Formats: sequence, C-alpha cells, structure tokens
Amino acid sequence: MSQTHTATSMNANLFAGVDRQIRSLSDEEITISVENLNLYYGKDQALKSVTMVIPAKRVTAFIGPSGCGKSTLLRCFNRMNDLVDICRIEGKINLHGENIYRKGIDVAELRRRVGMVFQKPNPFPKSVYENVAYGLRLQGVNEKKVLDEVVERSLKAVALWDEVKDRLQSNAFGLSGGQQQRLVIARAIAIEPEVILLDEPTSALDPISTAKIEELIEELKVKYTILIVTHNMQQAARVSDYTAYMYLGEMVEYADTMHLFTNPAQKATEDYITGRYG
Amino acid sequence: MNMKKWWKSGAPWIWLNAGAISISIIMVFGLLLLILVRGFGTFWPHPVVQTTYQVPATGEQVEMIGELRRSETLTGQALREAGVAIPEDQLLVTRHLFKLGNRDVTGRDFTYFIDDFLGEWRYPRDITVLERREWGDFFGQPVRLLEEGQVIAVGDALWPEFQERLNRSNRLFDELRQIERRDIGNISFRLERVRLDQRRAELRGTLTPELEAEFAARRAALNAEYATLQERLNALRAESRRDALVMRVAGGEEVTVRLDQIVNAWQPNNMSVLAKIGFYVRDFFNFIFGYPREANTEGGIFPAIFGTVVMVLVMSIIVTPFGVLAAIYLREYAKQGVLLKTIRISVYNLAGVPSIVFGVFGLGFFVYVTGGAIDRAFYPEALPAPTFGTPGLFWASLTLALLTLPVVIVSTEEGLARIPSTIRQGSLALGATKGETLWKVVVPLATPAMMTGLILAIARAAGEVAPLMLVGVVKLAPTLPIDGNFPFLHLERKIMHLGFHIYDVGFQSPHAEAAEQLVYATALILVLLIVMLNLTAIMIRNRLREKYRAEGD
Repeated sequence: MSQTHTATSMNANLFAGVDRQIRSLSDEEITISVENLNLYYGKDQALKSVTMVIPAKRVTAFIGPSGCGKSTLLRCFNRMNDLVDICRIEGKINLHGENIYRKGIDVAELRRRVGMVFQKPNPFPKSVYENVAYGLRLQGVNEKKVLDEVVERSLKAVALWDEVKDRLQSNAFGLSGGQQQRLVIARAIAIEPEVILLDEPTSALDPISTAKIEELIEELKVKYTILIVTHNMQQAARVSDYTAYMYLGEMVEYADTMHLFTNPAQKATEDYITGRYG
Repeated sequence: MNMKKWWKSGAPWIWLNAGAISISIIMVFGLLLLILVRGFGTFWPHPVVQTTYQVPATGEQVEMIGELRRSETLTGQALREAGVAIPEDQLLVTRHLFKLGNRDVTGRDFTYFIDDFLGEWRYPRDITVLERREWGDFFGQPVRLLEEGQVIAVGDALWPEFQERLNRSNRLFDELRQIERRDIGNISFRLERVRLDQRRAELRGTLTPELEAEFAARRAALNAEYATLQERLNALRAESRRDALVMRVAGGEEVTVRLDQIVNAWQPNNMSVLAKIGFYVRDFFNFIFGYPREANTEGGIFPAIFGTVVMVLVMSIIVTPFGVLAAIYLREYAKQGVLLKTIRISVYNLAGVPSIVFGVFGLGFFVYVTGGAIDRAFYPEALPAPTFGTPGLFWASLTLALLTLPVVIVSTEEGLARIPSTIRQGSLALGATKGETLWKVVVPLATPAMMTGLILAIARAAGEVAPLMLVGVVKLAPTLPIDGNFPFLHLERKIMHLGFHIYDVGFQSPHAEAAEQLVYATALILVLLIVMLNLTAIMIRNRLREKYRAEGD
C-alpha cells in the first residue's frame, strides 16, 4: 500500500529534506483500539463517537484547537478522567483487545502499563533518585541493587544521567524545567510501561529543552507506543508518525503525518494546518 | 479643591492603615515592654533605706528600715480625708511605699510613709536582707553569729563566717530536700504499690496467706528503709539547727534567726554593680529552677513551667494525629455535599466556643464519665480513691486538644487544598492508588501547613487557663508529672501551670504586694515559654518547607 511521496504541496517545508515512506495503519501492529467512544462532562459531550486504532511503537500525535477534546481523549487511555466526578464514558478502549473500561479492571495496574507525562513538569517533593524509584517502590521493589540499576538506566534513557548523577539525593525541585520534564519521563519509563501518553510535554519548556524532549521521543518509540498531544503543528510534524486532527470532540481526520500535513482529505484539516482556522 | 484631590489620591487611606498598624504595634510592644521591665526587674537587689519617721498621729519618732517600692503624689485633701494629720494649707503630699519585711515581727511588710515626716535617708552598708523559707524577707543589721547559743563572730569577722555557715546550712537543706522528695517519695510510691497489689489480689480472690505474708514482708522492708531515712533526716535536721544569726531590727530590738531558716542573704548597700549582676543572675536561675514556697508567693516556679510544657506536648501529641486525620478525611475522602458542609461549619465553630465550656465538658465527660469508667475497669483496687476519675494531666491535655482541634483541621485542610493537582495526578499516573498518593506525596507536602496549625494550637493552649482549672491544674502539685518511677510519665497526676500560677499568685495570694513582682516575672516566663515553643515549631516548619519547596509555592 505504501508509496513514495514527495512533499510538493502545502506544508512541504515541514518535511524539507525528509524522504520518508507514507505509512498505512493497516500495515501496523495495533496496540490500542478505540470503539465509538463518547464522553460527557455532566451534560456536555466532550468526545463524540471517536473510533481509531493506535499503532504499536509509533508516535501518534493529536492536534486541534483548544477545547477540541484531544487532552480529554488522551486521558481516557489511562483512565485519568476517572478523577473527574461528573465525567461519564460510553464505548470501548481496548488495550491488546481488553476493554480497559470493563468492570473489575485494576486501574492502578492499567496505569502502570500506560504511563503519562503532563504539560507542566510535576516531580514529587523528593530526591531525584526517589522520584525515579517511586513507581518501583509502589510495586514493592525495595532492593537497593535493583533500584540503583533502574534509576541509572531510566535516567540514561532520557539523557539526564550525566547531568544529575552527582546529585541524585538532592531535591528534584532544584532541577531546571527541562530537566524536570525529562526526569518525569524517566520516572514514567522506570516501570516499563507499554504506552506513554504525553500531554503537551513541551509547552512549558524553552526551545532547547523542547528539542531535547523531541529527540528523546524519537529514541523512545523504538520501545514504547507513544501518544502525544501538542499545540505545536511543527512538533507534530517533526516527531509523529501518525496524526489525528480533532475538532469539537470529533475525530476529523486521522492519517499518516506527512500525508495529513501535505495532502489532507478534509477541508477543515486543511484550514487548520494552514492557519486559516478561526 | 486641593482637599478633594488629596482625598481622591488615597493618601487618607494610607494614613488610616498606617495609624491602625502603629496602634497595634504600640500596644503589643508596650505590653511586652511592661512585662519585660517589671519581670526582669524583680530580681534586682534594690538598696535598703534606714531613716526615722515621725508618726503623724502621735508625733512619736520611730526608726524604719525598708526597701522603697514606689512613690506617689496625692492631694493633701485625699489624705486628710483618710484620717492622716496633714497641715490644712498643704496641697500636695508625696508618700512612699516601703517594703519593711519582718512580717513575723511587725505584722505587715508593706507600709506607706509620708515624705514630710521622714528623716534623712541613709544607706548603711551593713544592712542585711535575709530571704527566709517562711515569713518572707527580713531586714536588719547583723549583730552576732551563734553556734549552739555561743557567740562565734561579731563585727567585721561576722559576714564572711556567716556566708560560709549559710552555705553549709543550704547544703544540709538540699540533702534534706533530696531525701524527702526523692527517697521518701519513692518509698511512699512503692508502699502504695504494695497496698494496691494486695487490694487487687483481694478483689480477685487470689489472696492466699502466703501472698499476704509476702506483702507484709515487702511492706516491712519498705518501712525499715523508711525508718532509716527518717533517722537520717532527724540527724540532718538537728545538725542544720546548729547556727543562728542575731539581727538588730528597726527600733533596736534583737531577733534571732536560725540559719536553716535562711535561703539567701545579701547586703544590697554594700554590693558593686558586678556583684548585683551576679546576684541577679543567680536569683533568676533560682526562680526558674526552684520550687515555690509560702503558698507560691516565694521561691521558684519550676513545677509550673514543667507542667505547662508537658501539658502542651501531650496535647500536641493528641491533637496532631486527630486533626490531620480528620482534615484528610474531610478534604480527600468525604463526599462533598450538604452534610459535609454542615460538619465543616460545626468544626470551625468549635473554635469560637468559650474555653470554659470545654472545661466543663472535659470535667463532665472526660474526667467523670471516661475517667470513672477507666478506674472501674483498670484500677478497681484503688477505689474509692480515683486514679483517672479525677482531674489530671491527661484530661487537661485532652480538653485542650479538643479546644485546638479546629485550628489544626482548618490549617491542614488549607494545606491539602494547596497541593497542586498535577502532583497527585503524577503519582496516580504511575499506578499509585489514592491512598498511596495521599501518604507518599500529598501528606508530606502538607506537613508545613500541619505545623502551622500546630503552632497556632500551641500558642492557644499554652495561654489557656480557664478550662484547665476544672480538668487538672492545681495551685500546688506535690509531684512532677514525670519522675523516675515506672511508667515515668504519670498522666493521671495533677499539674501546675504558669497561666494558673499567675492568677493564683496575683489574685489568690494573702500578700498581694509581695506577689505583684512575681506575677510580672511569671508572666514574662510564660510569654518567653510560648515564644520558645512557637519558635521551635516554626523552625521545624521552615525546615520542612525548605525540604518540600515546590515551584510556585
């Protein structure tokens, strides 16, 4: 199904110098499938019959204007919306074929498999070491040797090890914003999740830190399935393999990133990515 | 026009606000200054005056030795109406309040003297003030030092010899005190144990003749120990009665004072500033670490300081977990709704209930109901004498804990509400349950707020008096709540308390004038104590804050 595509149409500059194959979802191994998902906050419907599949070990980006429901959708994947009392969900999300909204599912266990990183870095008021070890300690792992190893591996994976190895025991709040965000990612991957949800992970960071995080995403997708919500279309274009454009709670278009940016099927998508929206 | 402009500029508001804050500051610092000056001034050795006085009514000349306490100027009219013979044409009269001491000789130790009838004020160097164990201070001039009635020293040799012998007598007294308080107290405690053990066995029906014999043996052993101590006490007492000082008091009469009656002696007119400072420091130290004498109007306040601190600490230990747990439940677990709102308002309103109401509740519920039940269940052998069914340290602390609970709850709730939700979500996203998130992340972050609550609670509790009078604080507690006898912390014991001590000394004392300075000194110590407790708590809080310093906090 794949074809070589030269980016000649709109947004060609986004992919300048990139020679890439257009992928097709039907060729991918599927980690998550969303079936007819409706979500309500009280009487307001925030998600309208969303149906999609998330490919394994790829980066899937969600874009769209503020309030379009992309963060809400992301939070459905690890049931973070459960914290909102008035939130009601219909439909299914299957993780490897198992509906995560089925009765009796262990939500804590689900969240161990589906990690999440938030918009603002949110390290715990603990040492750098304890931040990374937190997830493992929750699982009852207290062996120093194991913890040391995992902490080092996780911090190396986010390229933070060299910066913090001499102050592992100092408070995580002492790190810079970008370091904190990488620490939080290290914390998430320390417990070896399958999926990582990134909710605008660079919106509070400076350009250099943003670049580091984007590089990191590139490296992480070898092992993890990554979902990222972003306001920044360039970012979506740079880091993601697939992009979903959402508007008013609906999934308008979902396709290979290059395809979506260069040759959108929908007029609404085209308006948004060319800046004509609103 | 200009006025209008000035009004609109907002300057009047600034003046008003600045005025309000200045008045508050002046009042607070004025109060503190008063307490500081009067409190710290208590122990300074003031000079003692010797002069003559012509009694206005009779014209008789008398000698007077005394320490000037204060002077005041009144209209002649006022004094004439009070029955003092003042010349008709004299408009203003100055009178001085002198402390004469010698309460046992003259009957009253504070007297007013009218300035016009006083002779020349002299400050003889040999005037001596004796601080006595009973009857207050004694003013006079030493004449002879006696040992077993025989003259040992007179004149210049007297004072050094006297000092030496006074030290000996004080050492003997300390030894006596030690035996009485510690050793004999210990024996009484153990004797009571034996009695209770026997009674318990009796109540359970397990008292066999052998057991009874064993109890009798234990009792006999203790009694023998007691007899030995008593003998030693008698010997020490006899020895301490050896020396005496003959003093010439105002008017020329000679009075003999036994050295075992004397705590301290000084010649204020003969002291250099340095000597006075040394005396002052020693006296202040004795005040803080000494035991009260003479219905609390003399001596130290150590038991009151100790009681206050122990009570506040026990209160903190009770109120913190209760308040924190209640706040966590209210904020984190309870379903927000009308019921919760009602509960919250009720809790907040508890803070506004007059403290005496808590005292009455504490006495009725804690002491009589709960304490009575505890006694029946666990201390039946001591009945009818109550153990916990009577006011005591634990009930006082518990009542105060109840009183300060709302403060801790409110502070903790506010602290919990301030924790950013992103941190909670971060923990939940790692697969933590709500409980794990709460205990590992949220509660540690809220500890500074809890400490704030505790600081407010301590400040309130340490200064509270009214409810305590009902639930455990007494004028004079024979023993401290902590001692060397198992279980070391005696929660059932009655305690002394600085706040109550102030009330008692100032308003229940037979010697109001003598007590006045002690009231200031005690108030000073109470204020310092609260400041110290608070500073400690604030230091702990600041360290915690530093530890959990969150961005944007």
